[in-house]
Amino acid sequence: MDNFTFGITMLICGMGGTILTLWIMSLVMGLLGKLFPEKPEKKEA
Amino acid sequence: MADAIINGLGGLTVGLQMLAVDWRNTIMILVGFVLLYLGIKKDCEPLLLVPIGFGCILVNIPLSDVMMKEGFIRALYDAGITTELFPLLIFVGIGAMTDFAPVLAQPSTFLLGAAGQFGIFLTLLLALALGFSQLDAVAIGIIGACDGPTAIYVTSKFAPHLLGAVSVAAYSYMSLVPIIQPPIMRLLTTKKERMIVMKPVAKPVSKTTKIMFPLVITILGGIIAPKGLPLLGTIMLGNLMRETGVVSRLTKASENEIANVVTLFLGLCIGATMVGSAFIKAQTLIILALGFVAICLDTACGVLMGKVMRVVTGGKVNPLIGAAGISAFPMAARVVQKEGSKWNKKSYLLMHAMGANAGGQVGSVIAAAVMLSVLAGMGIIR
Repeated sequence: MDNFTFGITMLICGMGGTILTLWIMSLVMGLLGKLFPEKPEKKEA
Repeated sequence: MADAIINGLGGLTVGLQMLAVDWRNTIMILVGFVLLYLGIKKDCEPLLLVPIGFGCILVNIPLSDVMMKEGFIRALYDAGITTELFPLLIFVGIGAMTDFAPVLAQPSTFLLGAAGQFGIFLTLLLALALGFSQLDAVAIGIIGACDGPTAIYVTSKFAPHLLGAVSVAAYSYMSLVPIIQPPIMRLLTTKKERMIVMKPVAKPVSKTTKIMFPLVITILGGIIAPKGLPLLGTIMLGNLMRETGVVSRLTKASENEIANVVTLFLGLCIGATMVGSAFIKAQTLIILALGFVAICLDTACGVLMGKVMRVVTGGKVNPLIGAAGISAFPMAARVVQKEGSKWNKKSYLLMHAMGANAGGQVGSVIAAAVMLSVLAGMGIIR
């Protein structure tokens, strides 16, 4: 594989893959935050 | 008898003679002193630069056998660098030290962590254009991860002959983040943008979310980029131990004793790769220059992503926080806070920048993992 093809493939797949993965992770993190919200501490009687 | 005495004394001067024969060793001993000076007097990553500097001196003393077959640093190198064990153990410690709550409170800052990795791939292109081989270019590009252990992991795997230059560049530039970033941040933003006050992050994060985070990220990241699972798995193992709170002895050992011992061995090994004959080349200077470019590009792309987020959110995001989307944790976040408060005393960007910075920490590992998996997909590595 020539260097130009290699470089462009790495840029597109590498950077694209990184952005896509982190975007999916941000969505999952948002979902986790909604599924497991912080509960207010119970006041002791 | 006189001959024996002369020969005996001759044995004591061989080192001096060799020093005069190969000037590169002398230069590298001076480089070792510079690294020690930076670590001791300038407080630039002293935990690494001191052992690196000393390792560099040790290996460049003529007739030094520390990196020979039975040398003590060779034994450490074979045990921890060739096997990639040292950077992974460091990652367990980093995971145990890092609080990902700021990024969990604002998951969108993950995207700033992604933008901060652009430098890796753009520098890879530059390295290819300058004639480096494909795997060498990958190792050089990874300096842009701004993440020492990741850079060491990738370089020791695919371009071990560049380990010294790449590691020194990665750690040196990481410590120079407070000098490198501010001019780029000012150049790419308007005064109005720099003055934006962001609302404080008030959203609390539950303990369950904090525990689920390392598990979900490991599984998700491992499925998408399995080649980077050792990197991702170790950092998330450390974080899981921290967040569960039930293995405090292991957490403390990971962030203190294990990380300290491994840092010492890692530094010595890196320093010992800096042999004059292998290090003093035009190639090394080019790698150092490309490393600098990589970190500048990371910062620029992070700030530009911050500008995009400012537009998308209708002006609620201060683009300066984008500069924190690199892995230099928490230094980059502090730089953003300092720069933001310089332009607006009411601006408190630290928590937002910490989110971007934690995103950058995960981002650099993900970028390396994706890169390895893409390389494997193309059949360049196994």
